[in-house]
Amino acid sequence: MSRPSSQSFVSRCLNSRSFVVGGLMTGFLLSCAIISLFWTPGEVYDITIADRFFAPSASHWFGTDQFGRDIVSLLMTGTQNSITVGVVAVSIGLFTGVTLGLTASAQRGWVEELIMRLSDFSFAFPAILSAIMITAILGPGGVNSIIAIGIYNVPVFARLTRGTANAIWTREYVMAARAAGKGKFRITLEHVLPNIRSIIIVQITIQFAIAILAEAALSYLGLGTQPPNPSWGRMLNEAQSLMFFQPMQAIYPGVAIALAVFGLNLLGDGLRDVLDPRLSRKR
Amino acid sequence: MALLEVENLNVDLSTAMGPARAVRNLNLTLDRGQSLGIVGESGCGKSMTALALMGLLPENAVTTGEIRLSNENLLKKSERDLCSIRGNRMAMIFQEPMTSLNPVHSVGRQIMEPLRLHRGLSKTDAKKKALQLMDRVGIPNPEERIANFPHQLSGGQRQRVMIAIALSCEPDILIADEPTTALDVTIQDQILELIHNLVAEEGMALILISHDLGVIAENTEKVAVMYGGTVVESGATDQIFGQLSHPYTQGLFAAMPKLGMSRNKRLTTIPGTVPDLVNLPSGCTFTDRCPLASNICKETTPPIEELGPAHTVACHNLKKAIEARSTGLYE
Repeated sequence: MSRPSSQSFVSRCLNSRSFVVGGLMTGFLLSCAIISLFWTPGEVYDITIADRFFAPSASHWFGTDQFGRDIVSLLMTGTQNSITVGVVAVSIGLFTGVTLGLTASAQRGWVEELIMRLSDFSFAFPAILSAIMITAILGPGGVNSIIAIGIYNVPVFARLTRGTANAIWTREYVMAARAAGKGKFRITLEHVLPNIRSIIIVQITIQFAIAILAEAALSYLGLGTQPPNPSWGRMLNEAQSLMFFQPMQAIYPGVAIALAVFGLNLLGDGLRDVLDPRLSRKR
Repeated sequence: MALLEVENLNVDLSTAMGPARAVRNLNLTLDRGQSLGIVGESGCGKSMTALALMGLLPENAVTTGEIRLSNENLLKKSERDLCSIRGNRMAMIFQEPMTSLNPVHSVGRQIMEPLRLHRGLSKTDAKKKALQLMDRVGIPNPEERIANFPHQLSGGQRQRVMIAIALSCEPDILIADEPTTALDVTIQDQILELIHNLVAEEGMALILISHDLGVIAENTEKVAVMYGGTVVESGATDQIFGQLSHPYTQGLFAAMPKLGMSRNKRLTTIPGTVPDLVNLPSGCTFTDRCPLASNICKETTPPIEELGPAHTVACHNLKKAIEARSTGLYE
């Protein structure tokens, strides 16, 4: 992999359609979250039953839900929630998983065996199942659902890191670095990590999308964000019983989740093209 | 006292089929400032010997014997101690300059690293030294090149960078494992001459590994011919090249293409292939391919005989081999 100069990097970014579209969608998501910190078109926590089920209008763009809350405001505030969960849960998985993967790859032997078998073990449980299990142990709630999703991310990153790092360890420049007297720790930081960076960055966007989905699922099941805090998953849950006479109540959060995940996946695909041309199918 | 003494070195690699005996009963000595060539076919244990000396063998390798650097047995040292020896007192240049440099770091950074690691130089001092080194190994415009990434340099220049890295801490021993095999012929000569001159100027000892007899003849004082993981003939380079003795050494020579050979003549080859290191034949490992093989060769390991003060050969049929020298064993 060659390090692109800054100009070709920018032009490669702009050349990748999925990077641009995914970046715009993710950017929109981010700005919704940031704006909602200061301003939302309506009140999120005020319940006015008399205002329930308003049709879309100038003051309520998507109308109101069964508690009379403005749906646009709920969606915007829900973005905050999704992004927080994504950032924190992916960070937990990223730091722990990458450290474990790099350690496994550098130490080999029983250390690698132990780390990889442990991650195999946690892979044996489907994501949502292990998240349910963890929230069942720790109790439902926003923070616990983040921890649960974070723990689910650990083996994903550990496996990816160990696999790609093992490939780097067989490279000649690692042998040359060892011949120059560098220890395993130095080689890991200076040679292995920089060379697997792009693959990990792409994985971050994918795991971010998965984390958003998982949070929505947990909240839908009532194990994630608790009322009155808005969350896309909760909105789906609340809309479920109204599916047949107020279908839009379910469609709005559903579309929000789908767009967020789609945008992040596109961004991941685009980043793959931009950061590591060898992996791209187009070139 | 010699700088480097290798005594009875054995390297076994554990494989699914059983242990592969990559190096067997290898003995070498090397004095300060001396140059030693190791020559042999692919798979004869040349590179394994080099990696064993550096302590860089793969993890499935079992090494026995002694490797003494200034009378300290390297095989008894901890990985930590070895790290302070590698790149500092012993350095190595690899075959593939294209892949031996890390693609994500500038070449300057890679030359500075051993200086900072072993010599504890500050960034500015290391940079100064790196510029000097780049100049010494013949890289033009070091000030510009120091910020370049490996992919911006040609193969020859990358190998020069590798040499600069290896020389940075003024090691006692430089091991060059086929340093020019991946380069084109015009560059080969320059690189070898560079290594040759630098080694002479610094008073370093050189171990040059090659399958190219010409390279060995021009650049080394001593030579060890390896076959099947062990040394079959060793001695002063002049002596060996003047009096080819072991049938294998003769074969290597016969297999060299010669200038002025008639166009239609086929190149001479040594029949057969290198022995399977997992199932080594008993006795002399060269038996299956040797034109002089007799029954005794299959049964017992040949004794090491001294042909001169600095010339040893391991062959049962040494007399016949020497007689056959004039007529050629492989015609």
